[in-house]
Amino acid sequence: MKQPFEKVVAQYGGMVLRVCRVLLGVHDAEDAWSETFISAMRAYPELPDNANAEAWLVTIAHRKAIDVLRARQRQPAPVGEVPEEASQLGVPGAEDDGDLWQSVRALPEKQRQAVAYHYVAGLAYAEIAEILGGSADAARRAAADGIRNLRKNYSGAAAEGAPS
Amino acid sequence: MRISTDLFASPADSDVLSRLRYGLGLAAEEQGLLDIAYTTVDSPVGTLLLAATPVGLLRVAYDSEDHDLVLDSLSHKVSPRLLRAPNRLGAAVRELDEYFGGRRRAFDLPLDLSLSSGFRQLVQRLLPDIGYGQTRTYRQVAELAGNPKAVRAVGTACATNPLPVVVPCHRVLRADGTIGGYVGGPDAKAALLRLEAAA
Repeated sequence: MKQPFEKVVAQYGGMVLRVCRVLLGVHDAEDAWSETFISAMRAYPELPDNANAEAWLVTIAHRKAIDVLRARQRQPAPVGEVPEEASQLGVPGAEDDGDLWQSVRALPEKQRQAVAYHYVAGLAYAEIAEILGGSADAARRAAADGIRNLRKNYSGAAAEGAPS
Repeated sequence: MRISTDLFASPADSDVLSRLRYGLGLAAEEQGLLDIAYTTVDSPVGTLLLAATPVGLLRVAYDSEDHDLVLDSLSHKVSPRLLRAPNRLGAAVRELDEYFGGRRRAFDLPLDLSLSSGFRQLVQRLLPDIGYGQTRTYRQVAELAGNPKAVRAVGTACATNPLPVVVPCHRVLRADGTIGGYVGGPDAKAALLRLEAAA
């Protein structure tokens, strides 16, 4: 028996928002969140009862984020890295996280995706491999490389006074 | 550094999420995906769950019925595309508020009676004919339904009324004048009868 879609939103809404933030930054994350859940709601009656709702939602969010990134690439590129642009990456209300978001944005796409799907969504590497293509080992390596790069850049900033 | 879900969370997330969820309800309605919208309202007989399809009001549920179980059942029987989305329930909320305030004697809402069928639905269609502040016995309703012997079946139809308060099964009493059963409990039934007697 399928639970009401409202419960799916209540249970996974926060996770999908955080995943979208890692993939896209704060502002585009909200659009991607909305696109993900409207798309999920459309398909929900056909989702098998025993399906992993978490992996299903992350798969949809993955596709929606790619759509957003493609749309973004079609728009004229901003001139240089203006500070206003960087501040949009931060999480509203959180303090001193600018460096973290810069580091996340600096990651190669596969690493950023693998970090989001494993460390934020909590998916197994086999599930991530289904989303990204390639093997579970490749997904594991991408996540490990992503974390190593994040740690290198982000804790470098911590030495300058940012919180750990 | 610990990379976890929390690292990408924010103290403002609950506000962001409630805004996004509200927007999802609007978008789902606009795109014809919102098979069931629901909300809850406080009332003198406790918190009521109201659920509606695009056809009309589908379900009114008392706290005692366990709203989570009611939503699970609607998800199963009607559609899992079900969201808390108060907009569709605006008229129902307003009319119930007027009713409980003694300012409304009849409901003027489109109803979706698809949760009941056959004799039960026939009885539920007849119940609004019992006017505000009046009562009938189960036997009288059975006669109205054209089947004077179906007293028990009328009792079942009242007990399984998916739209209590709005479809006034509380106006049906036992022949001996005692209050009889009620989906919201005898106290709620008595409270509604008192409200209607006073107004």
